[in-house]
Amino acid sequence: MISQVFILSSKGDHLIYKDFRGGAGNDIVSIFYEKVTALTGDQPPVVMNYKDIYFVHIRQGGLYWVATTTAGSSPFTITEFLNRLAALVKDYCGSLSEKSVQMNFALIYELLDEIVDYGYIQTTSSDVLKNFIQTEAVTSRPFSLFDLSNVGLFGAETQQSKVAPSSAATRPIQSSREQGGKSEIFVDVIERMTVVIGSNGLLMKADVEGEIRVKCYMPSCSEMRIGLNEEFSIGKSQLRGYGAAVRVDECSFHQAVRLDEFDSHRILRLCPSQGEQTVMQYQLSDDLPSALPFRLFPTIERDNGGRLLMYMKLRCDLPPKSAAINVCATIPVPKGSVSLSQELSSPDQSAELKPQSRAVVWQIARFAGGTQLSALFKLEVPSLSSASMLEVGPVGLSFELPKITATGLQIRFLRLSPIQPGPSQRWVRYVTHSDSYTIRI
Amino acid sequence: GVQAVPKETEDKSRSGVDVSGLFSEMVKACATVDVVQKKLVYVFLCSYATLNPELSLLVINTLRKDCQDPNPMVRSLALRNMTNLRLPSLVEYVEQPLTAGLRDRAACVRRVAVLGWAKLHNLQPSSEIDAAVVNELYSLLRDPDPVVMVNCLRALEEILKEEGGIAINKPITHHLLNRLKECDIWGQSEVLRVLQRYRPQSEDELFDILSLLDSFLVSPHPPVMAATLSLFLSVSSNLPAISLAALERVSGPLLAACGSGSREMRFAAVCHIQLLLRSVPGLLGPHYKRFFCGYAEPAYIKERKMQVLVELVNDENVAMILDELKGYCTDVNTDTAQAAISAIGRIGRSYSDRCLQILTGLLGLKQDHITSAVVQTMRDLVWVCPQCSDTVCLALDGCEETLQDIQGRQALLWLLGVYGERISTAPYTLEVLIDGVRSEASLGIKMELLTATMRLFLCRPAETQDMLGRLLHYCIEEETDMCVRDQALLYYRLLHCGIEKTREVLQGRRSDPSLGVLIGRPAKPVSQWARCFNTLEPLSQGAVEAESDRSDSAMRCSDSSTNVLASSIAVDCAWIEECVRCPAVLQCSPQSLQAAMQLVNIQTLAFTPQHMLPWRVYLYTHTQLRVSEDGQEEEEGIKVILNQQPKDDDALRQFLTILITVLNTLSSEKD
Repeated sequence: MISQVFILSSKGDHLIYKDFRGGAGNDIVSIFYEKVTALTGDQPPVVMNYKDIYFVHIRQGGLYWVATTTAGSSPFTITEFLNRLAALVKDYCGSLSEKSVQMNFALIYELLDEIVDYGYIQTTSSDVLKNFIQTEAVTSRPFSLFDLSNVGLFGAETQQSKVAPSSAATRPIQSSREQGGKSEIFVDVIERMTVVIGSNGLLMKADVEGEIRVKCYMPSCSEMRIGLNEEFSIGKSQLRGYGAAVRVDECSFHQAVRLDEFDSHRILRLCPSQGEQTVMQYQLSDDLPSALPFRLFPTIERDNGGRLLMYMKLRCDLPPKSAAINVCATIPVPKGSVSLSQELSSPDQSAELKPQSRAVVWQIARFAGGTQLSALFKLEVPSLSSASMLEVGPVGLSFELPKITATGLQIRFLRLSPIQPGPSQRWVRYVTHSDSYTIRI
Repeated sequence: GVQAVPKETEDKSRSGVDVSGLFSEMVKACATVDVVQKKLVYVFLCSYATLNPELSLLVINTLRKDCQDPNPMVRSLALRNMTNLRLPSLVEYVEQPLTAGLRDRAACVRRVAVLGWAKLHNLQPSSEIDAAVVNELYSLLRDPDPVVMVNCLRALEEILKEEGGIAINKPITHHLLNRLKECDIWGQSEVLRVLQRYRPQSEDELFDILSLLDSFLVSPHPPVMAATLSLFLSVSSNLPAISLAALERVSGPLLAACGSGSREMRFAAVCHIQLLLRSVPGLLGPHYKRFFCGYAEPAYIKERKMQVLVELVNDENVAMILDELKGYCTDVNTDTAQAAISAIGRIGRSYSDRCLQILTGLLGLKQDHITSAVVQTMRDLVWVCPQCSDTVCLALDGCEETLQDIQGRQALLWLLGVYGERISTAPYTLEVLIDGVRSEASLGIKMELLTATMRLFLCRPAETQDMLGRLLHYCIEEETDMCVRDQALLYYRLLHCGIEKTREVLQGRRSDPSLGVLIGRPAKPVSQWARCFNTLEPLSQGAVEAESDRSDSAMRCSDSSTNVLASSIAVDCAWIEECVRCPAVLQCSPQSLQAAMQLVNIQTLAFTPQHMLPWRVYLYTHTQLRVSEDGQEEEEGIKVILNQQPKDDDALRQFLTILITVLNTLSSEKD
């Protein structure tokens, strides 16, 4: 049971406050904010309590999404609810930010009214909600399909080999009503990689968590069939050593997905709801089908002048036509590092010393497959000792790999039946993110 | 247009402008046919109704009229807002539309009406329960709409709270189980939670239920999975084999939740895995890598993951895990770094050589927070594994230059006192501290310094005698803190009793190997934690402290301070144990406790770190008599162990009364 829900900006401004059960003091929001900010660091615990009022909160879009409840409540339910609420707000308002929440407060109150009654969750299904939600979303910028300023950030491929504008999926779901029946559907395959590479260069751990997300802007939806790679397999033993097989360890589906054609043809059938939903989640450990995207070859030594020299060679092992974007290597350096001088192998890279996080941050906007970059960092560390070397590393790498899935999962086809009247667009997009890519030194 | 007025008002009220004067205008605006405007007006009215009880009577007419509207959306909206007004005076007007609402042909109206009865009941909790309504709600459990069914459960639970909630009998249970698949995940979790109260009548029935629920146990939705496991654990509480099988089964989905994209969900999953590990220590051994920390993960997840890693250590993976933990020790977040160091220390109970090598290496960094954590960890380690003491003694050399914080210096002093004969530089280190004792602010350090110097004197008298004399002189003649002064006096008198007597008192226990190694700890029964599974308790701070950490710090404190008192006067003292009922003292900080106690002339000798359970405080007073008290915070009250000399019951009662008064004052202040 949820007593109150509120949304706060990172500065503590009250954006939304809804009291479902009554009887809560007015100061409850301030109490929460005091508790959150009283803690050192920017990562307060998920659950906090004040007497017997328990606060559960999540951070999304730079905002605090808070529910108050009692000690006996399920943390899984409350957390999932807050995540779902944030997702719905994002669906309805187009994006998540202080501004979009502020501009759409009436819409969000309307949503909350339908989602929760007397602290009990009634429904979070966008199919049900669309019948009740009347308020139109307000966006800060009129949506335009021709806004192509960010193309390439989130590259996409479809059967027509067109590029979907990256802003296309950040508009309110209801705007499709006014777009003259313009209906679109986005199918995103999103994977997150967790990798640890040992100091000897051996792979210690590699995990991929993946999901297929459907984002639907069609006012009335017909059945959709998503065809995956035919050689897709689930479980440890099957088809090993048979080349192109795409394998995952575990796989689960949204309850609306019908699997009658899955065993025979690897086809998922569903009637997508409006808005965003995750239709399939899967996970793979330790047995990636392709080479790791990045290898690092570090050489670290002290020179005579008491400086620390770090020579870093970073190789991108993606296929030659692909590229990684927004690559960022964070190299922890000894405490007391004063200044950094650098030699980078090409002009589109940059590096700086961040004394607060005690790290050198090396950024590469675009990194083509099959190429190698190198950097020489010279650090001035007055108190350098041999033990200081312990503080160098492990290197954390973050990146985005557009058009690539680490598991090799592909969408073979995407069919809507019956054929939609009028113009309809189907977009399939792939992206792999680094969840945590750690290279020990 | 028409919509703009209420919207504007709403905007104003949100920005803090007092708009209560507009109430009557808003009541008029309520009569609109525009649904969006209606909704906005309702939001306004509900938030101001309590301030204007008279005006809101006007609203009720409009709302009652809307309850007849042909549009079900308007009907449900009106009914919901009518019940949200929270005004007891309006109850009589609401009952009739609510009764009609239960029989409405639209499910969305019935959903609202069912919960409306719960709201109504809670508005006047003392009023008689209407049996007809309760019967109707029971029969609506068979409503075709699953949300109406679940809402009936919720409403009955609230209305019948006094009687222990809805009666969960066999027909209702099986009806709910059969319709579980129709519900969404929220409904499923709710039904599963209520069914926890059901006790199957036969083993056959139990197994029917369990096999029906098996697919829910491995649900990809964490709320459903967790609610199902809770149900499994409660219905099979006397069949441990079934509980254990359920834990095995659920470990897959729980692991998946540990990799969830939502970090808050990850956190919830890791915290619950810690519960499972108490009963099935080897459960996730092969999956230990899933608990390696991502570099961008928040510190609170990292800390829990490290605790899990420590539990999963075995001969095969110890090298990998230590390698990983080593990387965290230099983390830029000092909490993470210290947690990693203490995790290595705990693994050291089973694999001491490897761990000591890492810990010793870290001392080379000469960073205060790392050195402090390492010294504290080493102290904890020798307390459990005395065989490590040689390596530790060698490593300590030079640490005192880096150490800054009180905990770290206290740990070093304890080690210097206990193992002084093997640390060649011990007298010099102590001498520097003794020379600077005038500027020392910490009470704890002074007490620890006294004890350490006394101990060192026993094994190295020639080198220590002079500095001990100076320290005792300072503490007795110049020190203003009664506590330090009393302890110094005590030692001084003790020395008069002769060196043998002193040795007897001071050379107490150096270690407690009974705390045991990490591996092969006996599994705890599931019943010990089943109650708090799927509640917020496992996520709360400090809730899941590793078992064996609980007692040792407290033991050591007593070793260095209170036991000294205790054994020195062991001849004719009275040990009395009292259990005092007192609200949670845990909420107040040790500092405020200390300050409060000082007001009534009770000195705080030592307290264990706040997250330790049971939390212990050592108190000492000496007005006309000497009482030392060891308060152990327990779940409901505190246990006070009193040590008094000479025995005087009246004084003892007085002391207890004062103590309870202080504690009560403190906790009421907190409220």
